Amino acid sequence: MSVPLYDQDDTRKRVPGPALPPAGQGEDAGTLASRTRARVPGSRTFRRFIRHRLAVTGTALLLLIVLLSILAPWIAPYNPSTPDLNALTATGPTGAHWLGTDDIGEDVLSRLLYGGRISLGIGVASALISLLIGVTVGAVAGWFGGAVDTLLMRFVDLMLCFPALFLLLIIFALVPASPLIIVLFLGLFGWMYLARVVRGEFLSLKEREFVQGAQALGVGSVRIIVRHLLPNVAAAVIVTSTLNIAYTMLGEAALDFLGYGVSPDTPTWGNMLTKASDHYTDQPLLAIAPGLTITVAILCINFIGDGLRDALDPRVQ
Amino acid sequence: MGTYIVRRSLQALPLLLGVAILTFALIQYLPGGPLTLIARSPHATPAQIANIAHNLGLDQPGYIQFFHWLGGILHGDWGTSYNDNRPVLTDIGDRLPATLVLMGSGFLISLTLAVTIGVLSAIWRYSPFDYLSTFFSFFGLSMPVFWFGLMLQLIFAYHLGWLPAADAYDERVGPSLLSGLHHIILPAVTLGITSIAGWSRYLRSSLIETIGMDYVRTARAKGLGRGAVIWRHAVRNALIPLVTVIALDVPGYFTGAVVVEVIYSWPGMGRLFFDSLGTRDYPVQLGLLVISAFLIVLGNLLADLAYGLLDPRITYR
Repeated sequence: MSVPLYDQDDTRKRVPGPALPPAGQGEDAGTLASRTRARVPGSRTFRRFIRHRLAVTGTALLLLIVLLSILAPWIAPYNPSTPDLNALTATGPTGAHWLGTDDIGEDVLSRLLYGGRISLGIGVASALISLLIGVTVGAVAGWFGGAVDTLLMRFVDLMLCFPALFLLLIIFALVPASPLIIVLFLGLFGWMYLARVVRGEFLSLKEREFVQGAQALGVGSVRIIVRHLLPNVAAAVIVTSTLNIAYTMLGEAALDFLGYGVSPDTPTWGNMLTKASDHYTDQPLLAIAPGLTITVAILCINFIGDGLRDALDPRVQ
Repeated sequence: MGTYIVRRSLQALPLLLGVAILTFALIQYLPGGPLTLIARSPHATPAQIANIAHNLGLDQPGYIQFFHWLGGILHGDWGTSYNDNRPVLTDIGDRLPATLVLMGSGFLISLTLAVTIGVLSAIWRYSPFDYLSTFFSFFGLSMPVFWFGLMLQLIFAYHLGWLPAADAYDERVGPSLLSGLHHIILPAVTLGITSIAGWSRYLRSSLIETIGMDYVRTARAKGLGRGAVIWRHAVRNALIPLVTVIALDVPGYFTGAVVVEVIYSWPGMGRLFFDSLGTRDYPVQLGLLVISAFLIVLGNLLADLAYGLLDPRITYR
């Protein structure tokens, strides 16, 4: 049995892919089984993802948006926070300002490019914090069960009783919001669904033979969770976290819009809309440009999430 | 059924207690207490501030304040608003109906559209309608609510002049049913848009699964019309799991209400909450958090009960 599996392993080692543990010594049977199982669908997952046209388009477009945001300091035509002294009011598109200027004469295109850094950065960073908390809580609750599970899941229920925006607004009405603080709090209030998903998967996985096999071999809890169970929930975690980025970015934009997010000195897609809301009747582009950008970026993320779900979950056809 | 309701309500009590503790602790331990604004005034002497703190009970230890506040909540005394010196419960009671009407209308619009789109795209699977509706539901899901609201205002209120851009009724005429209907369209559509995507997509896949079942084929085989089979037999069963998804969106409606009420100057509790942020009106903030959490818990309970009404196989013990 093990010989053909190793052969398969060797041919696949040339395929670059994420999260492949290096073939080390002292592998036990469970690790080998889970690695080969995780790997064989790997290329199939990629093929299935490629077939999801919207997801592929979304990936390409999002990469473009990310690239433009990263390159903002080099490609932005103006400094995003320096008013153009020749255009100190909100103006429509001109040759000098392709997307016009806002109410104090700042270049909208430049602010849009710089804004992407903050908006996308906050979305990804707080989704990562949520991922860390959600996976840990879900894994601990699902694996240990009993009182630990009850306690943690009741806490999840409790957190889900609050409309998150209410709490965030209360907090940011008191604490001055910097991007770092916003990332932290958005992450702290966004992990609950992920924890439920991971817990649910763990509950069914831990009854499976490969886990019992690993336990029978004397493998410790932490090692079983990290090496055997987590790779098996990776698909669900990736999908949920991708969608979480979209959700978080919308939350951040709402905070900015309501005036309790990132200060308008630092452009974000959300606070550009706040500024626009006073002038959008004369200069609709002020509101359309950042709104459409944020919608397209989040649309891409949602399509990618949908494509990943179709590709990673063999039950959905 | 009766015992089930009682048991579930009793289970909700610790949850609500947790909500109260967490809410209170959050406000208690965040930097910047209720007196920060008064303390900033150059005319306030330390003795005056201490006097105000004493009158408001703010000089007592946190846990005593908490029990005092909790006891008041249970006795119907929710404290007095720092803003207008009226009882918090009166303030909330004045605003709650407007929010509930807004949420109800948004919910109805969302449900009607989601069921129509979901059923049609399941029947005409992989048709242009299916692709278009999928794309537009994703678009709706990815839009920031406030941006959609601004765009609706721009188009329907500012350019076309068909619908009012703000308020719940015409100030010059006073409240009336017709004027109310006229004013609620834009806010309700804005609030409802986000959930259409999730619900219709969910119904679509749930219905596709149901249509493939044997009992549907039997109904068709015995000569029942296609429409009757879809609507009377398949949709009814496909709707059941949708109830759970709808219940998950309840907190989202509260979050959405804040944003929508701010954009459209809707006189509801979201607006009350937003106004209380700037003035640090803690009794109002606490009261609103408690009442939203209570309504969310209630919504989940109702969803569970609806589940049983829709699916007679489920019995409550």
